[in-house]
Amino acid sequence: MRKAVVNQKECVACGVCAKTCPRQAISIFHGIYAVVNEDLCVGCKKCERACPASVIQVVQKEAAS
Amino acid sequence: MKKWNEYLWIFSAVYMTLGFFNILFAWIGLICFITPLLLSIIGKGKIYCNSYCGRGQLFELLGSRFKLSSNRSIPAFVRSKWFRYGFLAFFMTMFSIMVFSTYLVFNGTNNLKEVITLLWTIKLPWNWTNTSTVSPWIAQFAFGFYSVMLTSTILGLITMYFFKPRSWCVYCPMGTMTQSISMLKHRRMVK
Repeated sequence: MRKAVVNQKECVACGVCAKTCPRQAISIFHGIYAVVNEDLCVGCKKCERACPASVIQVVQKEAAS
Repeated sequence: MKKWNEYLWIFSAVYMTLGFFNILFAWIGLICFITPLLLSIIGKGKIYCNSYCGRGQLFELLGSRFKLSSNRSIPAFVRSKWFRYGFLAFFMTMFSIMVFSTYLVFNGTNNLKEVITLLWTIKLPWNWTNTSTVSPWIAQFAFGFYSVMLTSTILGLITMYFFKPRSWCVYCPMGTMTQSISMLKHRRMVK
């Protein structure tokens, strides 16, 4: 399964990804970094393309049991 | 249906336009400085950036809807801590100098200079507003503050064109400050 992964050390918490996500799978954790809810993420890459800091990558992940 | 806060780009556009007609409107811009700081201090994180920043929405509109952005990735150094905090320090230094020059007009050392300074260097004469109705220092702050707002808008438009629409958000001094405040409030969660 493909999931969005945020480089939280370099995330600027601007919220563009959360706004772009068609599944409301991303939230900004206390104004510090973006967090992806992997249960909702479908790996569509919209956030990856929108992220102004380019710190989101959609990667292949093992299916969660 | 769109929510009211999705139209805040109009506020930003109107604000920048009003400054051309009467410089005293520049004072309204203090809202964009005080609100995000207060919101993060009371624990709302970066909700200002996330939902209410008119400037961010304006860049999004121009860059995405009007396709004025080349959508390239920003160079990695721009999102590094040293660049973001360095730019914040530079910005705050220039801001303090501006406040100090307002003070020098307030105490009568200097006279009012009806000039807008772009990118901290280019001086544009801006003398078509009648500022004699207010104290000179009130007008001086308006010129200084509008210079800050116009300069950062121009920087944002340049990086919007070369990189992603909201690339200004990566190095926005207000954003860096609100994120730092949020980090201080939730120290254990910081990665």
